[in-house]
Amino acid sequence: MNNKTLIITGLVIFLIIVLFPFWYMRGKAAPMPELVLTPKAKAAQKCVRATEYMKAEHMHLLDVWRESVVREGKRIYVNPQGKDFNMSLSNTFLDCHSNAAEFCDRCHNYASVRPYCWSCHIENPKEKT
Amino acid sequence: MLELAIKGGKKYYGWMTLLVIVIGIGFLTYLKQLDFGLGITGMSRDVSWGFYIANFTFLVGVAAGGVMVVLPYYLHDYKAFGKVTILGEFLAISAVIMCITFILVDLGQPMRVFNVFLYPSPRSVLFYDTIVLQGYLLLNLVIGWNVLEAERNGVHYQRWLKPLIYLSIPWAISIHTVTAYLYSGLPGRGFWLTAILAPRFLASAFASGPALLVLLCLIIRRVSSFDPGREQIQSLAKIVAYAICVNVFFFLCEVFVAFYSQIPGHMDHIKYLFFGLHGHAAYVPWMWASISLMVIGIILTVVPFTRKNEGVLAVACVVIFLGTWIDKGLGMIAGGFTPNPLHEVNEYIPTVPEITIALGVWAMGFLILTALFKIAVSVKEEIRD
Amino acid sequence: MDSSRRRILQLLGVSALALTTKPVFNAFAEEEAAEAEAVIKTGPKSLKAKQWAMVIDTRKFESEADLEPLAEACHKIHNVPHMQNKRHEIKWIWGTHYHNAFPDKEAKFLAQEVEDRPYLVLCNHCENPPCCRACPTQATFKRESDGIVMMDFHRCIGCRFCMAACPFGARSFNYRDPRPFIPEINNEFPTRMKGVVEKCNFCAERLAVGQLPACVEVSKGALTFGDLYDPQSEVRELIRTNYTIRRKQELGTEPSVYYIV
Repeated sequence: MNNKTLIITGLVIFLIIVLFPFWYMRGKAAPMPELVLTPKAKAAQKCVRATEYMKAEHMHLLDVWRESVVREGKRIYVNPQGKDFNMSLSNTFLDCHSNAAEFCDRCHNYASVRPYCWSCHIENPKEKT
Repeated sequence: MLELAIKGGKKYYGWMTLLVIVIGIGFLTYLKQLDFGLGITGMSRDVSWGFYIANFTFLVGVAAGGVMVVLPYYLHDYKAFGKVTILGEFLAISAVIMCITFILVDLGQPMRVFNVFLYPSPRSVLFYDTIVLQGYLLLNLVIGWNVLEAERNGVHYQRWLKPLIYLSIPWAISIHTVTAYLYSGLPGRGFWLTAILAPRFLASAFASGPALLVLLCLIIRRVSSFDPGREQIQSLAKIVAYAICVNVFFFLCEVFVAFYSQIPGHMDHIKYLFFGLHGHAAYVPWMWASISLMVIGIILTVVPFTRKNEGVLAVACVVIFLGTWIDKGLGMIAGGFTPNPLHEVNEYIPTVPEITIALGVWAMGFLILTALFKIAVSVKEEIRD
Repeated sequence: MDSSRRRILQLLGVSALALTTKPVFNAFAEEEAAEAEAVIKTGPKSLKAKQWAMVIDTRKFESEADLEPLAEACHKIHNVPHMQNKRHEIKWIWGTHYHNAFPDKEAKFLAQEVEDRPYLVLCNHCENPPCCRACPTQATFKRESDGIVMMDFHRCIGCRFCMAACPFGARSFNYRDPRPFIPEINNEFPTRMKGVVEKCNFCAERLAVGQLPACVEVSKGALTFGDLYDPQSEVRELIRTNYTIRRKQELGTEPSVYYIV
């Protein structure tokens, strides 16, 4: 009899803790992040690759770029549409999307992704230090 | 069998608690190192390996030394060692775990350690070192555990263990040879670029490993009702005696080659360690202490009168353990890096946080060792009753 | 084992399954990636060589002060920090004395002018580099395209085995975060983070856009840079017409930095 009470109490406490995100945030879903494009990005209209591809694969693309630049010494990326890009995070990605806080960080914070790229790569190449 | 490790008296729990405290302090200091970087150690641009790698190198030897109880028993039917092979194997396990931990705390980017497996580099000795250390750990775990369990249940151990046991013997030699090859294949480091480095490492290993084992056996006899045996301890002591003689002899060979040839590049590192160079002499007292300790150890273990007195033998083993620790630890590392390739001297002294972390790793090793020995000794006590 | 034939058949079946799983998955996956491929290439102005090499005419330098602008140029564009603690010093290229640059050429009596000169030292981008053999992750490696011994900072685990292996003391380690110690950040080049090794990269990023290494550019002709395996290159011409030495030649690492003394 004792065990049954303990077990049920334990189960209830466990459920409360585990379902915390759901009952605490009921009715208040965190909104989808709103990304701000810089004027330069808007003017360019087309990204290095298609937007859907970039959303899913931009980290993979950066890995491909890094392998090529560092290990093979090749720095030009020609996308399937035939446009040339210099393979650089700070100098290409951030050239158009220079507002990292309003672009990159919005989705990263939402998804709780903490890339440490900025420990080395310059996060704000357009700003004068 | 694990339950045997948590059944103990007050002294057992007291000792384990003390170890946990040291581990805790070491761990917190390590968190500081993760945050700040390896700059909290005394390492520099010139001496880029220090106390951590020194302890790693020494402990690989202690782990390999465990083979000195396994080899006579399994290959040469020296029945007396049957009682203590498990102690050698368990010592090897805790020593290898300490080695791996020392490497991890020494890495600048430890979270990337998996890269070693993602990008295998067969031309790198470190690649092989990783493999042989993990393999040795696995071998000793499997062998030690199964043999002990079989002993506890009063049956012969499974037959498939035999080839593994035979494998563990050359494997033990290989872990220390590969570790020596880390150093002896580097063209820019004259102090290490010598064929005798691997043999010297092995000699030092077979002195320090069994020496520690002797001390542990004496402690076991004191704190439990299992007696590893007087004959066993004497045989181990004789192994230590021969090994420490060979170790000092090999060192004298190095001294001869350097100083008879009079080649400055060869002499400089030994001069730095034993006499100082360009005004830097921090290691001089330590190195002379190391040699003295090893010579005292030779005398005490070679002379039967002193060796047979277990009290004196204990002192001899402590002295040999310390002497080889200095010689193969910081003596070898700092000596190799100083003077640097441009013939400049920038001395390396470990810092307090560095030593704290190292102590934490040692404590962790001793925690595992105590737990494993507790299990082994409890089993021995069980079957005797 | 009584039914050994059954065991063999079971083993064959499992092996067949194991070997064919990946190709089958791949076949399905390929349907997704059917769009046009992207292409990777070198830039039009990119400089090419089989093995980049440098010839340093030491006769053109008089004092250490002459070497400072070269080191400054390199350290500035590569965001090399000025650490306060000498132990944590990071340097890619620097000046030193004859006896430190060439300790293998011990000499009690030496031509006065040779002894008084400063000597520029840097990574030699050896043809047979022991550092690349040592690296357990190939984070440092010899690039096949141009012979530069490169650092891949993403892969480096900070084990510092390459530092032990280098016979020339050319490598530095980031013992702490270097960012606060960089006087003026060059936005076009990344910094490094704590825990990785770094060294001269023969200005690979400049060569890719048709520029010579920074130290060569500011050396006022004292440094010559070119392809060691192009018999018509300037470096070959200089090596052919002047007596050159390299650091620790007897070790066989085949350094690509030659010194005219």
